[in-house]
Amino acid sequence: MNRLPLLPRTIRTALPALPTLLALVSSFLLFMLFLGVQGKPSWEACRLVFEGAFGSVFAWENTLQRAAPLMLTALCVALPAHAGLIIIGGEGALVLGALAAAVLPRIVPGLAPLPMLLGMGCVSMLAGGLWIGINGWMRQKRGLNETIGSLLLSYIAIALFNQLVEGPLRDPASLNKPSTPPLAEDYLIGPLSESFQVHWGLVAGVLACVLAHVLVRYSVTGFSLRIVGGNVRTARMVGLPVDRLVLLTCVLGGACAGLAGMFEVSAVQGSANAALIAGYGVSGILVAFAARHNPPGIIVCAILLGGIEASGSLLQRRLGLPDATTLILEGLLFTNLLAWEALWGRIGRWRLYLGERYERRYAMEAQHG
Amino acid sequence: MAELDLASFFLALLAGAIRVGTPFIFVSLGECLTEKSGRINLGLEGILITGAMSGYALACLTGSPWSGVFAAGCAGLLLGLLHGIVCSLPRVNDIAFGIALILFGTGLAFFLGKSFIQPQAPMLPAIMLGAWSDDERVRSALSINVLFFIGVALAVVLHWGLRSTRWGLMLRLVGEHAESAHALGYRPVLVRIGATATGGFLAGVGGAYLSLYYPGSWNEGLSSGQGLMAVALVIFARWQPLRCLWAALLFGAAGAIGPALQAVGISAGYYLFSAAPYILTLLVMFVTCRPNRTLNGAPGELSLTR
Repeated sequence: MNRLPLLPRTIRTALPALPTLLALVSSFLLFMLFLGVQGKPSWEACRLVFEGAFGSVFAWENTLQRAAPLMLTALCVALPAHAGLIIIGGEGALVLGALAAAVLPRIVPGLAPLPMLLGMGCVSMLAGGLWIGINGWMRQKRGLNETIGSLLLSYIAIALFNQLVEGPLRDPASLNKPSTPPLAEDYLIGPLSESFQVHWGLVAGVLACVLAHVLVRYSVTGFSLRIVGGNVRTARMVGLPVDRLVLLTCVLGGACAGLAGMFEVSAVQGSANAALIAGYGVSGILVAFAARHNPPGIIVCAILLGGIEASGSLLQRRLGLPDATTLILEGLLFTNLLAWEALWGRIGRWRLYLGERYERRYAMEAQHG
Repeated sequence: MAELDLASFFLALLAGAIRVGTPFIFVSLGECLTEKSGRINLGLEGILITGAMSGYALACLTGSPWSGVFAAGCAGLLLGLLHGIVCSLPRVNDIAFGIALILFGTGLAFFLGKSFIQPQAPMLPAIMLGAWSDDERVRSALSINVLFFIGVALAVVLHWGLRSTRWGLMLRLVGEHAESAHALGYRPVLVRIGATATGGFLAGVGGAYLSLYYPGSWNEGLSSGQGLMAVALVIFARWQPLRCLWAALLFGAAGAIGPALQAVGISAGYYLFSAAPYILTLLVMFVTCRPNRTLNGAPGELSLTR
């Protein structure tokens, strides 16, 4: 295979990205059609999406700021997906993680900033991991469908969050927007640098994706995980601890989503309130599916999607489009991505064909030469 | 005093079960039909919201709530058709596409429904069954929407249809074993597309009930996961339309606990009580599901149970 000339070799490696690219193109075309039918300036809207996402330093900051939690919530979908689970309850893990992080300074006051932030990270990961872990446990123990279960758990988590934030944990000073008491100045996470206003959650997100990649791709656990995801019966037959592996992915995924909540509290909101329920969980699902649950791909897709969401306010300001415009674009992207998935069987065949063709040619050359 | 409170609590609960449960009836019957054909449509949540928006919008524009209900059904039909067709392509996961459809349907509804948040649409009429009573509470509890009766009739018809008509048996065969259906000369793909589209129609009507009767307005927080709970509800009801009806009423009652408690003056823990349907769903699924065993009555082709 290594003897393939450069061009077919590049085509062979690039082919798997084809469905994603086609989905990008087709969903933007449909988006323009959708706006065009209503007499809205469709070309201008697309241009503004790019300008609002990647047009300036400010746009990049905004984009990356949104991409950070998306990377983490996408891992909450992608890690269990490697074990064959479709878990879509990242939002619940995120809000519970956020709540745990916001409450910790009240329980153990007076810690130095660094240990406190580490502690907040730990409790948020614990809360998120526990929540998705319950989900995995229910599936392995009782065969409860994990997709529906995770969604129900997510609704329950949000109800719990609202109840606690508006009840016992409420800051009496927050009148019309119920919140927990604001974090002390020392416990807030600052930007990476003064000239580039993106918080450290981005680093955490990228790091988590890299670690997940190492886990899935290069570790023994990851290898067994892929067997579990491929065929559970085989995995059981060769004696893999299926339940433990599934639980591990759930807990790790949930921990990632919980950590996203902690960064939202300590770097963006400053306290836990209803603004945290901003749909990061749902967008994370889209990111994970767009990246085909491949951690490095998640980094790219999260930045793309973060960009689309960041452009929402620009669309609203310049063209007077409703804020649901980006939601439409996301929905189109998701549906198109899955529809183009139908191409996969054919791509496999094309790749084989390319390889075989050159094999044959080399064989002939070897015979004649 | 305590007795009186209990009476009004149960009355409010009963009324709430019917009022909150009606959309569940439609959505779960639609999902039941879809799943009987061997597909699962998680996108009913998105369809429900789109249905609610288009129903409200058309009722606003034409002044007739029934045209709104019809429009909601048609919007649901189109989205169901989309799900059915795309999931017939090779390698497309129906659960994943359902999630995508939730996002798409919600986006569509929020985008197009932006201008309909303010105006007031004509509401669906209710039948006053409690006219005989002098008690105001009894009367308000027994004013039941026409769609509820349509839903009950539909459950009975579907129960009979799936059991003893040719198309019902064909649908079940397709869901049970597509290859045998194919061998008998039916076309499973077409049957599934049809079943998903019909399911979408019913979910759309359920959405119209939300916006045109109870809670009776269009806003972006209208649906609270009814479409998804319907999927769990169908599992609970073991894929039988009549049981879907009872399950829908039970879920409606669970959803009405919070408002019923408020009606008797208990407002603490409102958010927790509003989560009662989710907790109930989870408990029911936890108790009834078993690993390594398919549930009674589960269609054999369903990816959910395999």
